[in-house]
Amino acid sequence: MAEVLVLVDHTNGEVKKTTAELLTVARRLGTPSAVFVGANVDAARPRLAQFGAEKVYVIDNADVTDYLVAPLAEALAAVVEQAAPAAVLLPSSATNKEAAARLSIKTESGLITDALDVQAADGGVQTTQSAFAGGFTVQATVTKGAPIITLKPNACPPQAAQASATVVPVELAVSDGAKSAKITGSEPKAKSGRPELTEAAMVVSGGRGTAGDFSPVEAFADILGAAVGASRAAVDAGWYPHANQVGQTGKQVSPQLYVACGISGAIQHRAGMQTSKTIIAVNKDEEAPIFELVDFGVVGDLFEVLPQATEAVKAKKS
Amino acid sequence: MNIVVCVKYVPDAQGDRTFKDDNTTDREGVDGLLSELDEYAVEAALKLKESGEGEVTVVTVGPEAAADAVKKSLQMGADKGVHVCDDAIHGSDAAATSLLLAEAIKKSGEYDLVLAGLASTDGTMSVVPAMLAERLGLPQVTQVSTLEVEGGTVKGRRDSDVASDTIEASLPALVSVTDQINEPRYPSFKGIMAAKKKPVETWSLADLGVDAERVGLAGSWTKVTSFAKRPPREKGEIVTDEGDGGTKLAEYLAAQKFV
Ligand SMILES: Cc1cc2nc3c(=O)[nH]c(=O)nc-3n(C[C@H](O)[C@H](O)[C@H](O)COP(=O)(O)OP(=O)(O)OC[C@H]3O[C@@H](n4cnc5c(N)ncnc54)[C@H](O)[C@@H]3O)c2cc1C
Ligand SMILES: Nc1ncnc2c1ncn2[C@@H]1O[C@H](COP(=O)(O)O)[C@@H](O)[C@H]1O
Repeated sequence: MAEVLVLVDHTNGEVKKTTAELLTVARRLGTPSAVFVGANVDAARPRLAQFGAEKVYVIDNADVTDYLVAPLAEALAAVVEQAAPAAVLLPSSATNKEAAARLSIKTESGLITDALDVQAADGGVQTTQSAFAGGFTVQATVTKGAPIITLKPNACPPQAAQASATVVPVELAVSDGAKSAKITGSEPKAKSGRPELTEAAMVVSGGRGTAGDFSPVEAFADILGAAVGASRAAVDAGWYPHANQVGQTGKQVSPQLYVACGISGAIQHRAGMQTSKTIIAVNKDEEAPIFELVDFGVVGDLFEVLPQATEAVKAKKS
Repeated sequence: MNIVVCVKYVPDAQGDRTFKDDNTTDREGVDGLLSELDEYAVEAALKLKESGEGEVTVVTVGPEAAADAVKKSLQMGADKGVHVCDDAIHGSDAAATSLLLAEAIKKSGEYDLVLAGLASTDGTMSVVPAMLAERLGLPQVTQVSTLEVEGGTVKGRRDSDVASDTIEASLPALVSVTDQINEPRYPSFKGIMAAKKKPVETWSLADLGVDAERVGLAGSWTKVTSFAKRPPREKGEIVTDEGDGGTKLAEYLAAQKFV
């Protein structure tokens, strides 16, 4: 069976859950091979083996990690040339989507982004995506080359299937052209200590209705162990960091529980949360469009409702 | 400095967006407009122009109605427009669109900077700028929330979850900007009047020398095979707070086993 390349999502060799998901999806299409960019592959190998990677292509080259998109695309193109894969799967992220875009042009292969599901079909692939702010579900296929697909988190539950994860080093000389845009400075962001927005099982978000005071939103999130999100109105006002924005131009989340507090539910906000399993809203205005989406809604002032709910949850927990 | 801005004409997100029988985005039966996210790119170009000299050309690939996206950009202050329009383009995917944009940009003359938006609000892929950079052989400084051009170098800030990076490249370069970068201006009355006299060229595939087999539904490398409207969510339970709203919320969470 042909190889299916999976770009590994990791920090210093610590493999993220999405990689296990992608390796599981890859097994539907062929034999998974991981593509590991960076150092510390030894730390990653056990987990890659556990989820079925027969090979691990390793590109440990500072020219790839110190620059941005273009060298990563060249690295992927080098592995594609070596492996002649049936498909290339990448976790959806801004950088990966752009690298996939360049790879698509380099290899003349069709690109599909933000797939929710990928299945084998008629010797090719069939993908499922969401369109128009979650209003539609579409299916698509690739008609040229080895399909390049970026997948959203939670595309499928990871299933273990032991394999050998044999390391295959890949030599790469990054072109000067690909190094023409460089990272000249980097400021790490402070960590909140709360769960990561896109991975969290629960998200509590605040909007303009917080009037700049996110403390009841944060307290409620903390008692639930949830991540904190924000509407663009709250971010634009400088009340919460842009990294926490949910919506079309922020994060797209799909948690088990989404609680929107003081958020009206504009189409661009819905685009980032409409596929959440259970949706709750707290809003003063019973006409707010967010109530069209909810499983449970409270028409009321968030400054009264949230503190009471926080206390009640605390009581239930103890 | 010559700046080319890629602007897309998209169905209005506030309207009823849908697909046509051939699974392509319906661009005729619905209201369209200049993609809001491309207004930020136009504004960024105008700011650069105002701080130095140069010319701003906007390029769009799309059906006849897409001339509206060019018009709006000219009203905002761009100097001239290019509209790539041909029946054979219908159904082009991102890769085919990037081919047309690349050829149109080459044909439009010398440039220092190609600017694009973060994403088109209909396709929302955020890939066309990277594809363009690849095709034009340009360094990419993409998804930046700040932009400076000085002495032949372009510099911008790109934010990720873990860090805020500064990216630099020398011109010519491709830049895409986020909606954090500026506040797009509204066309003034003067701008609206001036736009009427600004030159717009309309180019067909033949003008660009692009073979019809490389674009459109047949020439694209991907294909949408079906679409379905997501069923509306079932109407949930809504309570009005009468001093016990928070308690009811907690009870709901407990009943659903979130607590
Ligand atoms: C191109 C583009 C991209 C965009 N991308 C995004 C995006 O990614 N994410 C996003 O969120 N938006 C985005 N927007 C903006 C979007 O259109 C809305 O403007 C925004 O979501 C509104 O935020 P909000 O709901 O917090 O504010 P509002 O619409 O002002 O709603 C505030 C709500 O709070 C309620 N409220 C007020 N006080 C209280 C109180 N004390 N208790 C309870 N409720 C109260 C009000 O009844 C109201 O419903 C985008 C817009 C454009 C044009
Ligand atoms: N048909 C088009 N015409 C002009 N520019 C486009 C077109 N499609 C995409 N773009 C540009 O590419 C950016 C990203 O689009 P996308 O990759 O489709 O999300 C947009 O913000 C535009 O600047």
